[in-house]
Amino acid sequence: MAIFLDENSRIIVQGITGAEGTKHTQRMLKAGAKIVGGVNARKAGQELDFTEFSPEAVLTVYGTVAEAMDKTGANVSVAFVPPKFTKDAVIEAVDAGIELLVVITEGIPVHDTAEFWAYASAKGNKTRIVGPNCPGVISPGRSNAGIIPADITGPGPIGLVSKSGTLTYQMMYELRDIGFSTAVGIGGDPVIGTTHIDALEAFEADPETKAIVMIGEIGGDAEERAAAYIKEHVTKPVVGYVAGFTAPEGKTMGHAGAIVSGSSGTAQAKKEALEAAGVAVGKTPSETARLMREIYQKL
Amino acid sequence: MEYQAKELFAKHEVPVLPGSVAETVDEARRAAADIGGPVVVKAQVKTGGRGKAGGVKLAETADEAAEKAGAILGMDIKGHTVHRVLVTQASDIDQEYYVSYLLDRANRTYLAMASVEGGMEIEQLAVERPEALARIPVDAIAGVDAAKAAEIADAAGFPADVRDQVIDILQKLWTVFTSEDATLVEVNPLVRTPDGQVVALDGKVSLDENAEFRHEEHAQFEDKAAADPLEARAKEKDLNYVKLSGEVGIIGNGAGLVMSTLDVVAYAGEEFGGVKPANFLDIGGGASAEVMANGLEIILSDDEVKAVFVNVFGGITACDAVANGIVHAFGLLESRGDEVTKPLVVRLDGNNAVEGRRILSEFAATAPAGLIEQVDTMDGAARRAAELAAAK
Repeated sequence: MAIFLDENSRIIVQGITGAEGTKHTQRMLKAGAKIVGGVNARKAGQELDFTEFSPEAVLTVYGTVAEAMDKTGANVSVAFVPPKFTKDAVIEAVDAGIELLVVITEGIPVHDTAEFWAYASAKGNKTRIVGPNCPGVISPGRSNAGIIPADITGPGPIGLVSKSGTLTYQMMYELRDIGFSTAVGIGGDPVIGTTHIDALEAFEADPETKAIVMIGEIGGDAEERAAAYIKEHVTKPVVGYVAGFTAPEGKTMGHAGAIVSGSSGTAQAKKEALEAAGVAVGKTPSETARLMREIYQKL
Repeated sequence: MEYQAKELFAKHEVPVLPGSVAETVDEARRAAADIGGPVVVKAQVKTGGRGKAGGVKLAETADEAAEKAGAILGMDIKGHTVHRVLVTQASDIDQEYYVSYLLDRANRTYLAMASVEGGMEIEQLAVERPEALARIPVDAIAGVDAAKAAEIADAAGFPADVRDQVIDILQKLWTVFTSEDATLVEVNPLVRTPDGQVVALDGKVSLDENAEFRHEEHAQFEDKAAADPLEARAKEKDLNYVKLSGEVGIIGNGAGLVMSTLDVVAYAGEEFGGVKPANFLDIGGGASAEVMANGLEIILSDDEVKAVFVNVFGGITACDAVANGIVHAFGLLESRGDEVTKPLVVRLDGNNAVEGRRILSEFAATAPAGLIEQVDTMDGAARRAAELAAAK
């Protein structure tokens, strides 16, 4: 088991012909992910040779997500589409009824994200959207949908959900001797698809996941809501980390959603909410890893 | 700022009082003369509490407006210097209201807020009299049509004599919100004048930077004069930089890791007399030599900085590439005449870390003693950087 993504996942790449799309298709193939095709309306019909990265990977570019799913049996899409085209790409994937859509693209106007989220909701949320502005989902040893490096660590009992890409890598690295069931980068934008709570719920239900690391950062109240959820619904041990204690009010810290507005969205409030829910919160990424290690040894 | 919000309001036909912006006393006098009759001279700064700070004054004549503008221009309001004033027609107020649209992150949609008790800080109203503030979710696709606007107006309890005007204004403000890619549109106060007109007396609009690609005209709203000079230079070079006040310059990759680096340095700094991080700088996944050089150049020109901490986790980028980037950055800076003299503590971990560390060690051996140090862990490196900064 694992969550959202496993060895049976059949992945297509929206924007496979772009520089980022090509580079990360190569990396995903090398990591053993089953990439079965790509989508670009203007380059439909092209055959792309990725055999250097995976022996049988000659991938067809399809005109639409629906056609790609029909021809390849794909159930996962990873989107590397430029910001101005992302909304349409998401709506297309939702219309095609793909199970999982990972939106890597950074810099999408928040009105576009709010619109495609409203669209997906109106369609009954049949497509799980991860992102935007996220590193994607990896189930080590099984599959990789996104840009998380596959060589940091292998499979294991820890589940990870994080707003930040590099902190995800850092945490996987610190706990590389233990390993991960799945790591989900949910992204740092103000509006995102899959939330901390969605991932916590899935990890709680996944028999392979024995403990969970949750990484948050300033802005919004997702961590506070996750804390309330943990208190009510999560029986597995959770260790937390929150970045941005030193962030000044009113300044966006890299991620579009990482901003303290007035007295809301502070790291301190998030830490307190998590601790009140029984989550051990580390002061630094290394201390967080230590806390998880202690829990793991007692499992 | 207020006058920019009002420009956007006027563009979308939201009623505002006539007025214009002045950067000098003479401009203020002309603006007041053009309007004729009593005017209000208002400081234009990106902060609230202007009235209390003495930044909003009534003037009966053009000469008086000039005099008031002279007093307000150059004033400091909560750390913001006043570079311009808005001279606007004075109006008697019968009633003050509040309306806004904003992003509701938790529910991944929009929220309309409205109250017939405007004028005061809305955070205060929300706490003290939450029942007086109507909150109506707005669907991102359906938006605000006449029926939705009526729902908002009625939820807030707008009286019959202004209801139709408010419904019209709510629809126009929705156009401002969506067509300008705003994350906040706020009118506070929205007022009813003695002759029964409803106008936006003061307002605030926050624009989404991610939407700049479809709003070239928004570039004019950027306040270059008020921006920190280092932040302005960083922006020119496309660097994701935020100036803070501290002694340890920070360079890292990835927004979350850099935020975390600031925190770890601040903790470590407690041990060394309260040394603090000097900035946020995310050089992103690529971390090329040029980006590294540009970043180092900005950080080293911050006089407060005593030591620099480069904290990179090689995920997609390999650490040997980052190490080469640092080496080339030193060369680039030297050729620009900006020799590096402040000590650097570098922590490289992750992809190809061993090779990256080897490249840097070799380079460090050719540099002046102690200029470049490597520490294997993030916490350890943060501590060392804080220690070096405190020793200077």
